[in-house]
Amino acid sequence: MKFLKSFGQFWYDFIIGDDWKIAVAVVLALVALFAVMKADVLGDAALTVLGGAGIVVAFAISLAIDVRPKRR
Amino acid sequence: MDAATWGLIIATFVACFVEMVEATTIVMAMGYTRSWKSALIGTLAALGALAVVTVFAGYALATWLPESALQLAIGGLLLIFGLQWLRKAILRSSGRKAVHDEAAIYKEEVAAAKAAGQSTGSIDMFSFMVSFKGVFLEGMEVVFIVITFGLNADNIPGASAGALAAVVIVLIIAIALRRPLSMINENLLKYGVGLLLASFGTYWAVEGIGIFQSGRESLDWPGHDLAIIGLLLAWLVLSRIFVAVLKTPAAPVAPANVPVEVKK
Repeated sequence: MKFLKSFGQFWYDFIIGDDWKIAVAVVLALVALFAVMKADVLGDAALTVLGGAGIVVAFAISLAIDVRPKRR
Repeated sequence: MDAATWGLIIATFVACFVEMVEATTIVMAMGYTRSWKSALIGTLAALGALAVVTVFAGYALATWLPESALQLAIGGLLLIFGLQWLRKAILRSSGRKAVHDEAAIYKEEVAAAKAAGQSTGSIDMFSFMVSFKGVFLEGMEVVFIVITFGLNADNIPGASAGALAAVVIVLIIAIALRRPLSMINENLLKYGVGLLLASFGTYWAVEGIGIFQSGRESLDWPGHDLAIIGLLLAWLVLSRIFVAVLKTPAAPVAPANVPVEVKK
């Protein structure tokens, strides 16, 4: 039982980790890419570059929120 | 061998190396403090369980999922996992998070082993379970990386070779030194792995979005595999900017006061 709990904890740490905002940022960036792809206005090359840039920006925002000075 | 294969082998090698160092610390603490026999049996049992998980998970994923779905699901997970490592590396490099210290972890494990009651049977269950759990959980991350990299790059043997080489080298170093491998700059290695996982994860997750197109074909990056190098540079530049911005002013801190992390 204790081992199963550790195994569950492993997957929680794996996906959510110390900062749940990273998983949310990645999902949001991929959903945005999906929406742009469905609009059918860009080719593969532009979509992939946009998608990659979107993920980088989403991570940067999540980390910026994470390390912002906290109000006391 | 092409650049993508080398990238694959290096990524699985470094990731496995880091995890092996952590697992070795736990097994050594149990072996030296309580029972080598039980610690090694626990290690072998965990390696056997990991092999079974690898074969079943690898077969199931490769058989049931179309390529683009595999890229999206596994690439997405790999990306999240890699970005967690990258975030920790940025925070550690900028002095915002305690540094991972194998020597401190070893001391903590030894203290826990001494505090646990003596076992009466031929197998010391404490050593067995701690070693099994340590190797299995650290190994699961390696299994995940080997499967994801191997399936997405369509090169399971290459990914496995990188991981296996790391296992052999860590074991040789551990047997030669007979002490925790605290001299290895684990934090730097984790930074490198975070960059690699984030780059490959971005590449595959974005490709995999193509599953939602009418033809269910993966999206094509300009330059194909070479785009991974561009992504690697982008993640490196972003991480260095964050480290530079977040870095606390250099203060004269005595080495003994440097914060260390003892969480496994």
